[in-house]
Amino acid sequence: MSLLLNASDLHRAFGPHHAVRGVSLSLKRGEVVGLLGPNGAGKTTTLRMLTGCLAPDRGHIRIDGHDMADTPASAKARLGYLPEVPPLHGELTVTEYLQFAAQLHGMGRHQADAAVMRATQACGLEQARRQVIGSMSKGYRQRVGLAQAIIHAPPLIVLDEPTDGLDPNQRRQIHSLIRALARDHAILLSSHILAEIQVVCDRVAIMARGQVVYTSALDQLRPIDGDAAEQHVIIGLTRAPSREQLLALDGVTAVEALNAEQFRLSLDGHADTREHIARTAVTQDWGLFEMQQQHAALEQIFAELTA
Amino acid sequence: MNRTWIIARHEWRRLFSSPLAWACLGIVQLVLGIVFWLLLAEFAGLSYSNTQIGVAEFVGGGLFGFSSIVFLIVVPLLAMRSFAEERHSGSLELLLASPASLSQIVLGKFLGLVGFLWLMLGLTALMPLSLQIGTSLDLGLLAAAILGLALMLAAFAAAGIFVSVLCAQPVVAALAGFGLLLVLWLLQIAGAAPGPLAAVAEHVSLLSHFDALRRGVFDLADVAYYLLFCAAFIGLSIQRLAWERRA
Repeated sequence: MSLLLNASDLHRAFGPHHAVRGVSLSLKRGEVVGLLGPNGAGKTTTLRMLTGCLAPDRGHIRIDGHDMADTPASAKARLGYLPEVPPLHGELTVTEYLQFAAQLHGMGRHQADAAVMRATQACGLEQARRQVIGSMSKGYRQRVGLAQAIIHAPPLIVLDEPTDGLDPNQRRQIHSLIRALARDHAILLSSHILAEIQVVCDRVAIMARGQVVYTSALDQLRPIDGDAAEQHVIIGLTRAPSREQLLALDGVTAVEALNAEQFRLSLDGHADTREHIARTAVTQDWGLFEMQQQHAALEQIFAELTA
Repeated sequence: MNRTWIIARHEWRRLFSSPLAWACLGIVQLVLGIVFWLLLAEFAGLSYSNTQIGVAEFVGGGLFGFSSIVFLIVVPLLAMRSFAEERHSGSLELLLASPASLSQIVLGKFLGLVGFLWLMLGLTALMPLSLQIGTSLDLGLLAAAILGLALMLAAFAAAGIFVSVLCAQPVVAALAGFGLLLVLWLLQIAGAAPGPLAAVAEHVSLLSHFDALRRGVFDLADVAYYLLFCAAFIGLSIQRLAWERRA
């Protein structure tokens, strides 16, 4: 079994409020999955259950084959978790804090020293090792939180809104950090920022009202309704022909004029006819200046599913 | 190394990294130093004919008796950090998501706090012990009193940690912890009143078991009371955290 994280049918209620109802998630090695959802969709509750901070009412969680309910210590040893608010002890220095985190994961003193060096290097904290955490900026605290999550080199890293409240520069730095970590770790991160998911993730799972309502690889996003094989192409023509002429092209099933020069063509995706369309446009002298394939936009999917 | 010890050592280190611990150490030592001096002056003023009471009992016992009241106020302030403040700041998740079990977490925090309290006790005990330079003390009596206070401090810590586990607000935890300890303390007064419940109250009270030890009367029942008290509140804390994870 190569699934690093396998969670099935998780349920969690807080009193009468059902925060999570029937969430199943799985992650393979080397994958970066984004858990996307509006605030209050149950993302944090799901992540807290996956990391053992909260017990699910129903359902099973296995981390690298270790059951979270039966063998919590060995399951937790295989994951690193950065909660929404980084769990820092502000009165300690970065090194002191990370050493504790390393020792909590069963490392000896020398091992812990080496782990602290490695983690601070990976998170760009070499210059801040002796700094007191309480005096650091928010971006740096987030890095310390991230260093804490990777200190024991876990195969799985869970990040809850890792860039929340950061400025665009800090956000970009965290993004590249996550991309760098993805080489050796599987990462599950939650966010309500679409652009972030698109930049760092391979796969997206959208949550709404306590359920995963959509999941797809990011390079194969498909519209929720309609033919999954349908493709869309934006084409720009300075001397555009009539609608009928465009419709008559091979494979074109619908034409939508965006303005006088740009059209959105729906193509029957079973055969790729883009080359044919381009050649026709040139031979007919329509003045082709633009042609691009349009993926189903994550934003649109998100809006339709969570509105 | 065992995770309980790692957590205990970490708690200890965090205490010494925060101004709260240093303030507690300083103020407690100052207050108790003044009390020690006053007791000593009073003892010196006693007439020689009064040989009923020795310096160890008068100064040592008096100092430890007073210090128990000081600790009654200080311990909840220190205990509120252990869970309520960590929960408030979100840093408790570091422990909850780590391979440490709930018992290791609670026990580690308890031992860390008790270690610090015993350090305070040790510094306090140096005051009466320093009289050994000029006179010969009843060391057995002092040892019993120190043991009694050490056990009572552990009991304070256990109760304080339990209240800290219950509360999400550090200030509420400190106040409620103080309230709980005070009630357990005052039960001794209820024990003095007539009535069928008096004996029970006397038995449950934190103070009555300390009083015997403070006078140099060593009874295993008193020691057992404090150990059971600690075990009960530590157990309750673990149960409460487990319940919190589930509900």
